[in-house]
Amino acid sequence: MTSAPAATAVIDRAGLDALIRVLAAHGRTVVGPTVRDGAIVLAELASGEELPYGWGVELEAGHYRLRPRPDGAAFAHSAGPNSWKTFLHPQRERQWSADRASDGGTAFRTDPPPTVSYAFLGVRPCDLRAIAMQDRVLTGGPHADGRYRSRRSRAFLVAVECTEPGATCFCVSMGTGPAAGPGYDLALTELVDEDGHRFLVRAGSPEGEQVLAELRLRPADPDTRDEAARVVREAADRMGRTMPPVDLRALMRDTLDAERWDDVTARCLTCGNCTMVCPTCFCTTAEDVTDLTGDHAERWRRWESCFDLEFTHLPTGPVRSSPRSRYRQWLTHKIGTWHDRFGSSGCVGCGRCIVWCPVGIDITEEAHALNQERRTVADRQEMP
Amino acid sequence: MTGAPPAAAPPVRYRVTARTAETADTASIVLEPVTDALPPFAPGQFAMVYAFGVGDIPLSVSGIDGHRLTHTVRAVGAVSRALHGMRPGETVGVRGPFGTAWRLPDTPGADVLVVAGGIGLAPLRPLVERTLAAHRRTGGPAVLVGARTPADLFFAADVERWRTAGARVLTTVDRPDPQWYGEVGVVTTLLDRAAVDPPRTTAYLCGPEVMIRAAARAVVHRGVAPDRIHVSLERTMHCGTGHCGHCQLGPLLLCRDGPVVTWSQAEQLLSVREL
Repeated sequence: MTSAPAATAVIDRAGLDALIRVLAAHGRTVVGPTVRDGAIVLAELASGEELPYGWGVELEAGHYRLRPRPDGAAFAHSAGPNSWKTFLHPQRERQWSADRASDGGTAFRTDPPPTVSYAFLGVRPCDLRAIAMQDRVLTGGPHADGRYRSRRSRAFLVAVECTEPGATCFCVSMGTGPAAGPGYDLALTELVDEDGHRFLVRAGSPEGEQVLAELRLRPADPDTRDEAARVVREAADRMGRTMPPVDLRALMRDTLDAERWDDVTARCLTCGNCTMVCPTCFCTTAEDVTDLTGDHAERWRRWESCFDLEFTHLPTGPVRSSPRSRYRQWLTHKIGTWHDRFGSSGCVGCGRCIVWCPVGIDITEEAHALNQERRTVADRQEMP
Repeated sequence: MTGAPPAAAPPVRYRVTARTAETADTASIVLEPVTDALPPFAPGQFAMVYAFGVGDIPLSVSGIDGHRLTHTVRAVGAVSRALHGMRPGETVGVRGPFGTAWRLPDTPGADVLVVAGGIGLAPLRPLVERTLAAHRRTGGPAVLVGARTPADLFFAADVERWRTAGARVLTTVDRPDPQWYGEVGVVTTLLDRAAVDPPRTTAYLCGPEVMIRAAARAVVHRGVAPDRIHVSLERTMHCGTGHCGHCQLGPLLLCRDGPVVTWSQAEQLLSVREL
């Protein structure tokens, strides 16, 4: 898809700095990628200087390394250890508090809704879709999460299209990238070539247009537009991973008793890393705490993992007591039953769960193996 | 905009106005709103009931009388022990109503079969009351109750009243005591004496999952259609609003799509171990 030329422009590195200044001047907390602790993480940015210029990443199952890039590109890396859910659906948040009066009565108090206005700079197309999926989960049902919604509705999203997919990326299989889908306020495509280091920028919302209007821009020339389209198109052919080209929802439904689950369970540590780094995993637990007086209590919500044995705690014991059932729950929910409840797959193909798995379990390899096993079983049944 | 409570909303204050010890570890507490009341509950729905500083748990309503709610709670964990120990005058927090309700038979005059195991009778009590009220001129429901021991049977006064009102109530225990002259065995052994006409029957089942499975299969075997068998399922619940993920059973979130589902929805899901 091409945007109308009027909505596109070209900025350079100084233009990107100016964009950050404009967003900050609007009272926004600008969050973007930066190098920290040997990784490219998402953190609050004070200026464009903090962007990871000249850094790329080397990814494999259970493996992540920073690699210097001679071209000085800022966004030639793929998904890092954290995702935007850290900001929109924080790890730990107080939901309400309660105070007990001397007469035994209780007063409940809800915290005022969060007022932070984020600007996310460098949202990958896969992560843009992940945000849309969390929107659906947390605000699309009969009971909306008001705290999530107030953060989300104020957030300004600057997408950056993918030109350097990692070895663990498979957004093409999941239909989420490498070109930016809908939902952004601005979308950038980074180009580094003999014509210089520059970013094609286009607006995707009235607010995006307004921000663009505040920047000094040179209009996008046709060559830059064509070149940006080309590098994104070519990135689609360089995905490091694929999912089997079958109906994954049906695959999950058909293989609940597959032997492959035993194979993967022999490797899985049930540590829950995959659920923490997954940009769509949303599960939480309720935590009740009291202060030392015993008269003030608080309800906190924190991220929880379906790999935790206590996740399905019942008086009779956990429903999913075996690691096999917990890994199966995670995968069948992510790419299977997510459809039943939220109308799409829950996987965006970012590859984080592969990279940050301490034993290198690869969601795409498991899906291929389940597909292979299903085919083998079907073949065996067809034999006379 | 629906009347559904928003996620993460604090509970509404209710006062305990009465408490009845049902068995050694089970009590019913009657709750009345301190000021504002929650929207009305339907039989089968549940509330998240909060004990100060301890936490909240899902509890089905075991009695509905205007804004007055009754919950029957068995002391098995930290929160249920705290709620079980509540005395009149104490305050709890209540969120809800959550989940699906028991769907009363579509056809008037249908036979109603209720099968309860242990504490599973609690969510079925308001259903039995509604059925009796609706069935004044026809036969009352058949109510089959199973418990571990005679001392674990509860709602004795209600059961007598239901019998007087025309219900056919049969009970059985797993382990009798010397004073027990009734049936011994699992609740499904009572099915032959339920005196319902399977093609005209709507069934309601609640109890331990193993009992639900056995009872549903037995009821299907006798000719009741799976989509006219309603079961109430139990899973961990933290939020009640479909966001915490704990109560997932395959394609269902039981806090939202349940706890009451039909056997045609549940059968395949419950046949997969540890789903």
